[in-house]
Amino acid sequence: MKFTWFHLMPWPHMPDDFRQKHRSVWVDLPSRMYDPELGHIAYHQYLDQLEYAESVGFDGIGVNEHHANAYGLMPSPNIMAATLTRRTSKAALVVLGNSIALYNPPIRVAEEFAMLDVLSGGRLVAGFPVGTSMDTNYAYGTIPALTREKYAEAHDLIRKAWAADEPFAFNGRYTKLRYVNCWPKPIQKPAPPIFIPGGGSVETYDFCIDNTYSYSYLSYSGYLRAKLLMEGYWKRIEERKVDQSPYRAGFAQVICVADTDAEAEKLYGPHVNYFYNRCLHVYPGFADAPGYRTVKTIQTGALSQFTQAAARDYPNMTWKDLLDGRYVVAGSPETVRQQMEELIKTLRVGNVFCLLHLGNMPNDKVRHSTRLFAEKVMPHLRNMWPEWNNHDDRFWMHPMNEPVPLRAAAE
Amino acid sequence: MKTRFLTLKPSGIRIQVVEAGKGRDLLYLHGAGGHMPGDPLIAALATKYRVVAPLLPGYGQSTGEDGLRDMLDVTLHALDVLEALKLKKPIVVGHSMGGMIAAEMAAIAHTEVSKLCLLAPAGLWLDDHPIADIFSKLPYELPGLLFHDAEAGQKLLASGGNMEDPEFLKQFLVMNARRLGMAGKLLFPIPDRGLVQRLHRITAKTLIVWGREDVLIPPLYGDAFKKAISKSKLVRIAKAGHAVGQEKPEAVLQAIRNHF
Repeated sequence: MKFTWFHLMPWPHMPDDFRQKHRSVWVDLPSRMYDPELGHIAYHQYLDQLEYAESVGFDGIGVNEHHANAYGLMPSPNIMAATLTRRTSKAALVVLGNSIALYNPPIRVAEEFAMLDVLSGGRLVAGFPVGTSMDTNYAYGTIPALTREKYAEAHDLIRKAWAADEPFAFNGRYTKLRYVNCWPKPIQKPAPPIFIPGGGSVETYDFCIDNTYSYSYLSYSGYLRAKLLMEGYWKRIEERKVDQSPYRAGFAQVICVADTDAEAEKLYGPHVNYFYNRCLHVYPGFADAPGYRTVKTIQTGALSQFTQAAARDYPNMTWKDLLDGRYVVAGSPETVRQQMEELIKTLRVGNVFCLLHLGNMPNDKVRHSTRLFAEKVMPHLRNMWPEWNNHDDRFWMHPMNEPVPLRAAAE
Repeated sequence: MKTRFLTLKPSGIRIQVVEAGKGRDLLYLHGAGGHMPGDPLIAALATKYRVVAPLLPGYGQSTGEDGLRDMLDVTLHALDVLEALKLKKPIVVGHSMGGMIAAEMAAIAHTEVSKLCLLAPAGLWLDDHPIADIFSKLPYELPGLLFHDAEAGQKLLASGGNMEDPEFLKQFLVMNARRLGMAGKLLFPIPDRGLVQRLHRITAKTLIVWGREDVLIPPLYGDAFKKAISKSKLVRIAKAGHAVGQEKPEAVLQAIRNHF
């Protein structure tokens, strides 16, 4: 198993009446709500937390990209990852990821990811998301129906740029470059491991299978609701007759650990509430621009995570509702261990993105929950995939001077 | 109203064409919402003209939207359709997005379009008078945006389906993704593809019609179009919103008859 401690870096100072006063946490909330001096404190506290996660034994630490919002304050996750290269030495830097259709020209992603891989000594795990509709279409102006074509072309350019040792010309529909010449190049050859965040489209399943990328389902509705979607993925894997390595898949889960179940509610309840009711308060008109998802995907009935969030009645869900529905895995180490075991088995995932900071959770609680998870939960979940030696070389980083990969050693 | 199909060569794109009425040929290009059920404007125009109303790829049963990515693709497609329809010197009428396409056709192929009618066309952008973002609107917000009388407009738009029914909802979402997905290639995020640089090329006799109560594309855009097209006249229609032709079909018919 690989556990990545993931930070969304939300704005923690949204007022209590945020839902009533503002229609959306994304796209059109006024930026006067942002206070840069408080932002300075938040950024450094968040980076400290990521560094702390490495120190207690998480395999990876994760950041991602969002725009024009208070849900996640990393328009450039690469800047955050760059600071982490200097203050960490063991954990994978999981940048999940760069919305490659938004970079002009997208060679910028090949360059910056290469910089991060070189800086970190080969610890980069690169994510290539399409990006939410709020980010990609509304905040960055990409035409919805052309987003995926643009994404595919950017992907093609980046992979070619990493693979080539000589300059070449790239004549794309969206990007035309006479001289593609990626300096620096990544340490990991031919490329860092690549994770693709997906929301249930068949095209994305095939894209991951074709390229040996890990499929990451980032949902806030918990593992019970994710079961159907992940079954679709594993069914596709079976149809395509490729191996069923659990490391082909990852899942994001909201987790809160305390000494007892009762204590978990007391410590974390308000922050979970902040996350579901303020951070996920997206205006439905921004959740899914027409043309952003393909007709085929809509026909499968899959909804984007934010459309789902908009459809759910979070304001009226109690702590018990969120726990019973497993939106949130929370409680004593033993409770959390049992549920995480169930999650890993039912979804068949080798990667878990642990969301242990939520909304406006203060630093001491974040560290408490993180430490309990690392010390009292994680060790019991290490041997979930013994038939895969608990590691799959294809879907994890290869740092410089790394000892022989575990899988190869066992063979 | 009857429907027929036109197959374009060599692409094989299949275009659904609605036809109604007798008289002089009139080509009607719909807006981003497509045709309304029993479209009142087509019905009114058909009392005096032979109305030929092709649906843009992505709309109704017309295919081929994946091959149309930008304004030039769509303009040339529309000229191909005009040619394939074999119309005799038609009055080319376009509403909103259809007006933008019609204006582009007249600018690019000014020998082929000699009579042009623009009903609240899209295509220009004035910083001081931003056009509302239709893509982020929820279905219940549309009547108020398109009609002066939102309640009556709601009835015109109603497609007779139940949004609570998951199967109907899915069909609606698919239709919406196809239609507005296509429209987004011309209108998202700002409905400006450089038409302002080309309007001066229009030599057609041009009628511009605007609803006085248009809250989607404010009426002063009508003045901007009038100023940029040399042989043009602007007619404002009272108590009409953006869907001026559907809300006041008789008044629009009268304006067209008076002008051409």
